[in-house]
Amino acid sequence: MRITYPDSIRIIRLPCTGKVDVIHMMKAFQRGADGAYVVGCLEGECHYLTGNLRAKKRVEYTKKLLDEIGIGGERLEMHNIAASDGPRFAQVAKEMHEKIKALGPNPIRGAIPGQRPSLEGVA
Amino acid sequence: MIVAEKKPIDEIIGFVRDYRKILLVGCNECVTVCYAGGKKEVEILASALTMAFMKEGKELEVKEVTLERQCDHEYLEEIRNIIDEYDAAVSLACGVGVQFMAEKYFRTPVFPGVNTLFMGVTEERGVWAERCQGCGKCILGETAGICPISRCAKRLLNGPCGGSTKGKCEINKELDCAWQLIIDRLKELGRLEDYEELIPIKDWSTERAGGPRKVIREDLKQ
Ligand code: SF4
Ligand code: SF4
Repeated sequence: MRITYPDSIRIIRLPCTGKVDVIHMMKAFQRGADGAYVVGCLEGECHYLTGNLRAKKRVEYTKKLLDEIGIGGERLEMHNIAASDGPRFAQVAKEMHEKIKALGPNPIRGAIPGQRPSLEGVA
Repeated sequence: MIVAEKKPIDEIIGFVRDYRKILLVGCNECVTVCYAGGKKEVEILASALTMAFMKEGKELEVKEVTLERQCDHEYLEEIRNIIDEYDAAVSLACGVGVQFMAEKYFRTPVFPGVNTLFMGVTEERGVWAERCQGCGKCILGETAGICPISRCAKRLLNGPCGGSTKGKCEINKELDCAWQLIIDRLKELGRLEDYEELIPIKDWSTERAGGPRKVIREDLKQ
């Protein structure tokens, strides 16, 4: 399969989305990411049973926090994609890219010295 | 443990709005266990405040520290050397810790980062519930180990009241009637006759009604 996805996306690999903590997502934005999304396995198919469900709740929590500080919770999402589903992965990447482009840059981007990071993805 | 909840970020932003250098101080005990003011929460708050300031085009320098406890001189002393470098401090300990820090560091504005709620237990992951109100004269020995002062909405010493329905309290259908729990447990312990004993009127002077309390142990005091 030669499927492409937007090159604005940087992938950070983790053994399980259950490893994603609120602080990781916050730091992505603090360092200037315009958007971030967590890609987990399909619900009910977590190798560690509930990792992706816990991640989902943490994403929800972080979205609220981002709203409260004016960064915008809509810049952060969680997606569940089967590990074998390359086309869906590329599709979601494209959708996220479009969505974040429409939202514009991270409002604190200008305040971060010497940094112009692009869309950041956490997988 | 003492159970607390994070304060809304808006409120904390309001406290520190006019400062440039702040110290965020977590506590490694109770508030860590209830996920309100431990190292992790300090990190998240630091990040959130930094971004909130950046967004307004302001700079904020945040230093994060988490002490073993904030209710003991010994640990609070650990920030003595650095506290004067900061315009203000936000303590994420319970109200006890916040006050002790404010007492100790008289010239530094100290703000609370959490709302302190009660003394309670972790019923399950993510759920904490009240168990004791520190009445100063524990009656658990008479009540099968279940505290009607903290768990009965009316603090009845000889319950239940007429509002107890199917084991639940009339103020909230989710809430167990403390007196139902007491009776059930007395039954289980084969001590139902204890229920017949009236508990006398309680001397509330050992509780908050008697003013702020203090314990002095002459044998330990220096
Ligand atoms: S300061 Fe409060 S939260 Fe920290 S250990 Fe003491 S009582 Fe517990
Ligand atoms: S009787 Fe008093 S000391 Fe005992 S658990 Fe209840 S409130 Fe706490």
